[in-house]
Amino acid sequence: MVAIEIKNLTKQFGNVWAVKNISFEINKGKIIGLLGPNGCGKTTTLGMMLGLIKPTSGSIIINHNNIENNRTGLLEKMNFISPYIELPKKLTVEENLKVYGKLYGVKNLKEKIYNLMEKLNLFEFRSRKTGELSSGQKNRVSLAKALINDPEILFLDEPTASLDPDVGDYIRGFIEDFASKKGSTILLASHNMNEVERLCHEVMMMKNGEIIDRGTSGDLINKHGRKNLEEVFLKIVRE
Amino acid sequence: MYALSLRHIYLIKGSLPRILDLIYWPTIQIVLWGFISKFFTLHTDLYNHTVGIILSSAILYDFLFRSSISFNMLFLEEIWSRNFTNLFVAPLKVSEIITALTATALLRTLIGIIPAVLLAAPFFGVSIFALGPSLVLLFLSLYLFGITLGLLVTSGLLRYGPAFENIAWSSLFLLAPLGCVYYPLSILPDWLQMVAKILPLVYIFEEVRSILLDNVVNYSNILTALKLNLIYFTSAVFIFYLAFYGARKKGTLINVGE
Ligand SMILES: Nc1ncnc2c1ncn2[C@@H]1O[C@H](COP(=O)(O)OP(=O)(O)OP(=O)(O)O)[C@@H](O)[C@H]1O
Ligand SMILES: [Mg+2]
Repeated sequence: MVAIEIKNLTKQFGNVWAVKNISFEINKGKIIGLLGPNGCGKTTTLGMMLGLIKPTSGSIIINHNNIENNRTGLLEKMNFISPYIELPKKLTVEENLKVYGKLYGVKNLKEKIYNLMEKLNLFEFRSRKTGELSSGQKNRVSLAKALINDPEILFLDEPTASLDPDVGDYIRGFIEDFASKKGSTILLASHNMNEVERLCHEVMMMKNGEIIDRGTSGDLINKHGRKNLEEVFLKIVRE
Repeated sequence: MYALSLRHIYLIKGSLPRILDLIYWPTIQIVLWGFISKFFTLHTDLYNHTVGIILSSAILYDFLFRSSISFNMLFLEEIWSRNFTNLFVAPLKVSEIITALTATALLRTLIGIIPAVLLAAPFFGVSIFALGPSLVLLFLSLYLFGITLGLLVTSGLLRYGPAFENIAWSSLFLLAPLGCVYYPLSILPDWLQMVAKILPLVYIFEEVRSILLDNVVNYSNILTALKLNLIYFTSAVFIFYLAFYGARKKGTLINVGE
C-alpha cells in the first residue's frame, strides 16, 4: 500500500531551485534513506511533506490525502525530528513530553511518556530542565517527542547527528524496532552512510534538487561498482 | 490548544523571576504616575481628580500594553527556544494557535496588572473600580486592541523573521501620544485629531475621563471603540493568515531564527 506519493514536486526560493520536479512513491512500512550533499534539497523536501513549505508546483499525497487540503488532519499521524529544532529549554523533560502529548491528543499519556522515557534512558532526567541536558540527551528527548503520537509517518532529518557511536547505535536499533512494531513509514535524511545502510530498505540519492538514483544499498553498490554506500555517494556527488 | 497554553503556564510557574518580571513593570509604572500626579495636585487646584484620572488611565493603558507585549512575547519565546517548527508540525490549526496565544496572553497580563491595581488603592486612594460596570467593556476593548497589535506584530515576525522584533516595541510607543491616553483629544492639532479618531483608544480614554470627571457614562463612545476594535481585530486575524501563507511560501517556518 502506498503511504506517500509525490508528483512533480518543485520548490523555487527566489531564483534558487531547491527542489526540481521530483516524483516518488513510498510504500507503507518502508524506511527510505534520503542521501545527498549539503544544499541538495533534502530538508526542503521534508518541509514540503510536512506542510511547512508550500511547493511551487506539484503534489504531495499522504495516506491518499493531499497535504494542502488536510494539513492538520495528516499532521496528527506524522512527526518530525531535526537537529535544528529544539524543545523549550526551560521546561523539564516530562513537562515537554506532556505538552506535546496533549498537542497530539495522545491517549494514556502518562503511561506512554513513562514508557518512552524508560526505553530512551531518560527516566533519570525527567525532572531536569531540557536546556540543561547534553546535546545527546536532548536529542533523545526530541526523539521521544517525535514518537509520542506513534506516528504512521516519521520524518527524520539527521536523527543521530550529535550522538556518540554507542548511543547512536542504540537509537538506530530503537528506531528499527519501533518501525517494525508499529509498521511506520520513515523517510530518513542523513549523512551517516552506516546508518542508512543498516536502517533503510531503500535509498534515494539527491543532487541539485533532483532525485538521480534509487534502490537498495546493495543494488546501488553493485550498479555503481563500488565497495560501499559511502563510495557510491562520493562517486555520484563528484560526477 | 489547551496544551499550547499549558506550555506557557509551565514556563511561568517554573520561574519566580519571570513572575516578578511580569509584575515589576506595571507596578513601577503605577507608582511613578502616582507620584507625578500627586505632585501636580499639590501645586494646582485645577481639579482634584488628577491622580484618579492619570492613574486609572495608566492602569488601563498598561493593560493594553501588556496584552500586546504578552502576545508577542509568547510567540517570540517559541522562536528563541527554537521550538517554533515543532509547533508548526503539530496538528494545530492557525485559528487554534491564535486562540491559545490570546487566552494565555490574558493570563500573563492579569498576573502583571492585578498587583498594580491592588497597590493603587492603599497608596494613592485610587481604584479603577470607580469606573463602574462599564469598566468591563473598557477592558474588553483594550484587550481586543492589544491582541490586534499582537497579531499584527506576530504576523510581521512570521513573515519577515525575528528582525521584525524591534517594530514590536516601537509600534506601541507610537500609539501612546495618538491614543490620547493622558489628555483630551482637543489638545492634539487638528490633523493629528483626524488620525487619532481612527484609533479606538481615543474613545476609550475620553470615556474614562468623562466617567471620572462628570460621572456620565457615554455608551456611544464605548460602542464606537468596540466596533472599531472588532474591525481591526478581524483584519488582524486575516493578516495573520496571510502571513502564515507567506511564511510557508518563503520557507521561514522551518528555519526562522537562523
Ligand atoms: N527558506 C529558504 N529561502 C531561500 N533559500 C532556501 C531556503 N531554504 C533552503 N534554501 C536553499 O535551497 C537549497 C536546498 O536547501 P536544503 O536545506 O533543502 O538542503 P539540504 O539537502 O537539507 O542540505 P543539508 O545537507 O546541508 O542539510 C539550498 O541551496 C538552500 O540555500
Ligand atoms: Mg538539511
